[in-house]
Amino acid sequence: MTLGRRDALKSVLLAAGATLAAPAIMRHAALGADPIKVAGIHDASGGLDIYGKPMIACLEFAVDEVNAAGGLLGRPVELINYDPQSNIQLYTQFATQAATKDRVAVVHGGITSASREAIRPILRRFNTLYFYNTQYEGGVCDRNCFCTGSTPAQNVQKLIPYILEKWGKKVYVVAADYNYGQITAKWITKYTREGGGQVLAADFFPLDVTNFGPAISKIQAAKPDAVVSALVGGAHVSFYRQWAAAGMKKQIPMASTTFGDGSETVLLSPEENDGIIAAFSWFQEIDNPANTAFLEKFHAKFGARVPYIPPELPMRTYIGFNLWAEGVRRAKSIDRMKVIAALESGIALDTPAGKTVLDPKTHHCTLDVFLASAYGHGFKVLQTFPQQPPLDTAMVCDLKAHPNTNQQFVVDVKI
Amino acid sequence: MDYAIVVALQIATGVATLVIISLGLAVVFGMMRVINLAHGEFLMLGGYSALLARGAGVNLWVALLVVPPLAVGLVGAIVERLLIRRLYGRMIDTMLATWGLSLALIGGVNMVFGNSISGFSAPLGSFVVGRFHVASYDMFLVVAAVVLSLAIWAVLRLTPAGLLARGTMQNPEMAAALGVAPERVYAVTFAAGAALSGLAGGLIAPVAGVVPTMGTAYIAKAFIAVITGGAAMLAGTLVASGLLGTVATAVTFLSTPVFGEVALLAVAIVLLRLLPRGITGRFLRRAL
Repeated sequence: MTLGRRDALKSVLLAAGATLAAPAIMRHAALGADPIKVAGIHDASGGLDIYGKPMIACLEFAVDEVNAAGGLLGRPVELINYDPQSNIQLYTQFATQAATKDRVAVVHGGITSASREAIRPILRRFNTLYFYNTQYEGGVCDRNCFCTGSTPAQNVQKLIPYILEKWGKKVYVVAADYNYGQITAKWITKYTREGGGQVLAADFFPLDVTNFGPAISKIQAAKPDAVVSALVGGAHVSFYRQWAAAGMKKQIPMASTTFGDGSETVLLSPEENDGIIAAFSWFQEIDNPANTAFLEKFHAKFGARVPYIPPELPMRTYIGFNLWAEGVRRAKSIDRMKVIAALESGIALDTPAGKTVLDPKTHHCTLDVFLASAYGHGFKVLQTFPQQPPLDTAMVCDLKAHPNTNQQFVVDVKI
Repeated sequence: MDYAIVVALQIATGVATLVIISLGLAVVFGMMRVINLAHGEFLMLGGYSALLARGAGVNLWVALLVVPPLAVGLVGAIVERLLIRRLYGRMIDTMLATWGLSLALIGGVNMVFGNSISGFSAPLGSFVVGRFHVASYDMFLVVAAVVLSLAIWAVLRLTPAGLLARGTMQNPEMAAALGVAPERVYAVTFAAGAALSGLAGGLIAPVAGVVPTMGTAYIAKAFIAVITGGAAMLAGTLVASGLLGTVATAVTFLSTPVFGEVALLAVAIVLLRLLPRGITGRFLRRAL
């Protein structure tokens, strides 16, 4: 990217804005002086707080755990949490502040793909390491950025064959109207066609739409065998309510690439939840000793604040921080390039979500994927797919061969 | 065929929603000429009072239909006494004051309940039209819009209180000369308008969810409906809602919700260009 006069002016203004910004919540660790600063940028308010709050709790949990074990390189870790209030402008402002004023060692955060694409170039420009810990549409190829969540080759590719076989070949897609929803709809279309199915239509909704009456009628008119939702945020929760209120739950089954991530299963009633299929790289309900131990410790600490940890995002945030910490331990430094080199040396962690291996070529993760059905106020795990590599991004991205790549590759599919 | 019926039902729901969210403003702005920029926040308070009542285990219908108008009517009475009363006839000052009130209410609710969406599920289940399932609550909204409109018409046209209100709005000095206390009539009318807004908030809460900033999504639409409606506040609001709601929902069916909103705004602009005094400035001039 060329830095024009306008961009330069913009960054100056941003920096000016950042210094005036509301004070972030500081958490001082109990260890000795000169802490390593880590920034978390997650929406704690606004329409996206349904994702942000549990992610913040898990990041705090991870930091406290590392500090309790003596910190990193003998120094305590200080977490600085910013609340961008579901507002992209604040994302850019806080990313600039974290990089230039607080000079943090790493930024963890960004929830929607829109917010990631807003702060990723800023953090790259200011040479600040960036971890994006959300399942997303894949394709980000940037040596400064590590994406620790699952991507379509890992989750959509499990979800679609399952529903094509179980429910039928005709699929109707409803998705959020921004880069995540648009690109994920392409992936859904790709995998549906590969499975011999057909996408009847894809409807997109801005994040503030709450009236889905016409959409639900249109879906019924199209008579699909299944609906796949990639809806995002608090307003879109209305879709599931209105779907159930229209009596559609018994008529057309639903799968989703996002349902549950925002604690939808807690917000909605069991009748509205039951039977919606989702695929993520972690559910609170998966059964292994590491997960049991994690949940015990986590709920002891955050019991009332986060009674149910929604799938994927909070756990990837926990894992993302631990991957970075492992990189720092191996590099014996918090210097950005040294840590990146250490992270590219093939790091594998045993986590509550199973084994996570950081792929040096793509900066994405090989991870276990679980297919689950919403049940009560949580999920029931149906199938496990161990050690799924990030094939979608691996097709287009090789940071070993081309370390200067800096773009998001988008799958080329016509819906 | 059944698809046509379902589209018609959805259009009716769209129109009814517009009527419901606009009626309170029609009374406060259409009748009293008070530009209440906190109208959206009255809706929001209605939604929260319904949510709170529901959470406290109050019967669903009481929580939806009784608690919100009472609670917000009370808020309206207090606001009128403290704020609006001092500003009658000072349109710009009223705008500024109610805008401030709107910000204060959003901030206050934000502090108490947090800036996140909560909600509860719509009652009544669904019914079948041919191959289609339709939420019964949508139809309940249509019935509610009709009943509310009829009730307002009946109160204004058939009761002595309605006569007093209309007379006072038309000529307060003359009303005062005839022994009516205009300030009391103003206060009651404003509170009634607020109560209608509260009821609207309660009615849309199960569909849209409740969030401190929800008012901003509705206030523009409400003002557009009331202003394109024109001088005859009830007839105007109904006709304008009918037109705008139909266009918005039909376009939503043909394309996406984004273009539905665009179409609503475009029609409103064209209407105001052609009929600067609103629909009832030209047609139905003698209606209420």
